[in-house]
Amino acid sequence: MFNEMSLDEGAIRPPYARVKEWIDGSGLELLHKRSAEAEAIFRRIGITFAVYGEGGDPERLIPFDLIPRVFSAAEWRRLDRGIRQRARALNAFLYDVYHRGEIMRAGIVPERLVYQNAAFQPAMMGVEPPGRVYSHIVGIDIVRTGETAFQVLEDNCRTPSGVSYMLENREIMMRMFPELFSRGAVESVDRYPDDLRKTLEEVAPPACKGEPNVVVLTPGPFNSAYYEHSFLADLMGVELVEPQDLFVDEGLCWMRTTRGPQRVDVIYKRIDDDFIDPLAFRPESVLGVPGLFDVYRAGGVTLCSAPGAGVADDKAIYTYVPDMIRFYMSETPILENVPTWRCADRDDCAHVLAHLEELVVKEVHGSGGYGMLIGPKSTAEQRAEFTAKLKDDPANFIAQPTLDLSSVPTLAPRGIGARHVDFRPFCLVGQSMRLVPGGLTRVALREGSLVVNSSQGGGVKDTWVLTE
Amino acid sequence: MRLTIEHRTRYAYEPPALNLHLRLKLFAPATAGQSIREWEVSIGGEPARPMLTDAFGDAEAVIALRKATEEVEVVARGVVETADTAGVLGRIGLARPEVSLRTTELTRADEAIEALAREAADEEGLLAQMHRLSALTAEALDYRPGATDADTTAAQALAIGSGVCQDFTHVLIAAARALGVPARYVVGYLHDPEAPLSETHAWAEAHIAGLGWVGFDPVHQVCPAETYVRLASGFDAADAAPIRGTLSAGHEEEMEVAVRVSAGQMQQQQQQG
Repeated sequence: MFNEMSLDEGAIRPPYARVKEWIDGSGLELLHKRSAEAEAIFRRIGITFAVYGEGGDPERLIPFDLIPRVFSAAEWRRLDRGIRQRARALNAFLYDVYHRGEIMRAGIVPERLVYQNAAFQPAMMGVEPPGRVYSHIVGIDIVRTGETAFQVLEDNCRTPSGVSYMLENREIMMRMFPELFSRGAVESVDRYPDDLRKTLEEVAPPACKGEPNVVVLTPGPFNSAYYEHSFLADLMGVELVEPQDLFVDEGLCWMRTTRGPQRVDVIYKRIDDDFIDPLAFRPESVLGVPGLFDVYRAGGVTLCSAPGAGVADDKAIYTYVPDMIRFYMSETPILENVPTWRCADRDDCAHVLAHLEELVVKEVHGSGGYGMLIGPKSTAEQRAEFTAKLKDDPANFIAQPTLDLSSVPTLAPRGIGARHVDFRPFCLVGQSMRLVPGGLTRVALREGSLVVNSSQGGGVKDTWVLTE
Repeated sequence: MRLTIEHRTRYAYEPPALNLHLRLKLFAPATAGQSIREWEVSIGGEPARPMLTDAFGDAEAVIALRKATEEVEVVARGVVETADTAGVLGRIGLARPEVSLRTTELTRADEAIEALAREAADEEGLLAQMHRLSALTAEALDYRPGATDADTTAAQALAIGSGVCQDFTHVLIAAARALGVPARYVVGYLHDPEAPLSETHAWAEAHIAGLGWVGFDPVHQVCPAETYVRLASGFDAADAAPIRGTLSAGHEEEMEVAVRVSAGQMQQQQQQG
């Protein structure tokens, strides 16, 4: 296991020198006290995350761990290049899929995987989104397994959430430990809301002539990420709207306000495609803005992300992202994929069935750590259940080796323990590309656990990128 | 052949619908088999114009009726010059034909539909396979209105063994896709002086390399020729529906469709009127 702070010989890795010094200087008792204070502050601000299917208080607080996760400037340079490269390839793939389909004609990605994909939207065929951007906020989940080994676990092209934690975690660290940031050794992340707003303004539709009016579209307060929706709208200084606040007329989109209807040019859409327009997708849906999808396709408003962007972040498509980088950009992938077996392939599936105890099996369309099997931690009963599922619908699953995720020092009930982490940066794609140095580090708080999802008992940490 | 079409759809709402939205796919396209001489669509007497034409060649309009609507009539009427191309239409729309291999809930192939596809696969060449599939579909289904409804899937219709043009077409396109032939659902009009239809008709189009899109009418066992007018297409009947609307909960909707297709004299009447 790769410990990001200290090597086996006990030497401290240079990026963590300052953190180590701070931990030793503070002492456990103080850290525990400050941790309780941090939790009290979070509770007062009201950052919560709805957790499904676990009973108890659904509006639970995501545990925050005080000890930051650190990247050196050199590490970040490489990550930055790799993330941008991947975000560019994913958007190129989406443009291609909804136009000429070159990557399928070239025999690289199977047609069936794209056109039969639940996330593929045939009605997006031929549509020209502004800047040819489909996924404007690309969240790329990255794990580390060694000094130089970074691997992409999955891509999130629709509505990656969690950026509010990146901002809040930094805010609280700076408030509680100003001295840690006093020497300016840590790159700032606070320009993210401005960057997001600029990105959204850059993809205003052809029909928008003046200053673009941007809104954040949320399903409403019952949604698990509602806090983030309102937080981002607030920081960008734009309206937070629900579907019933919007309507279309004369080929444009409008927002109901107390001063009468106001034009809407760009919608940062935090609603699933299926629920944006009952005329286009689900006639039985009560959510949605009738006609919105036609107005979008006719260039009257921009939807971010574009409907149908999800076809690029499907876990079966994921396996082809390195090929996309080579195909569209003639570049070598900077960040590798985790080796993945596609159960749709007969040989791969046989291998997976024979090695269930060692592998992590995931549903192709699943997310949030639901519906997966972690081989080494599984019971015989769970494996039998997955064997049946795999045989019934192999194309619905992929499998990956259980990764030896890197660990970072974390405040535990008794002392400080190494806990596994992953990382989600947020790459913004408009006419230009923007990436703040940082992201969301998720940590598996249970000792030995590899599941970092907040829905499964994971926590979060501040992520530092050191200045040069 | 010069055909005159009048397609009226009347909706009544109880209580009156508030903020009613309709999506119209009611704009007949020009194809190798038809030239549009006149075409107009109106809703409640107001003209409706398409907002966009999608990559499958279908024009769409979205109409919002903000006032309380008790009754509204959508009328499409036009004059179309048709030609016999033996069903061959070539290219329609910009989308890759392979997209039309996509299955939907209504057109998912089950074991029985796959069996039809396997049987047709014995024929030499895709065109012959499609003709065979169309014949097999007609053999497997009796034309019987009332046996199925708008939500009946291809697999269900085949199991029941009867249906209407929607079901024949669903079975045919589900089987064609199972064969690996891109296929789509077409809504249009049929001129039949012997037995005039008072509704729209439906048939399938399959994409055959070298020919492009070719129509197959499994109900009449022909390739659509000069008595057919093509209105719109889709992945299934729900997608190709000429009119789709939103309705608030608690509102009853009644719909009445009247289609008249005529050659020659009707057109004169219209010119006089």
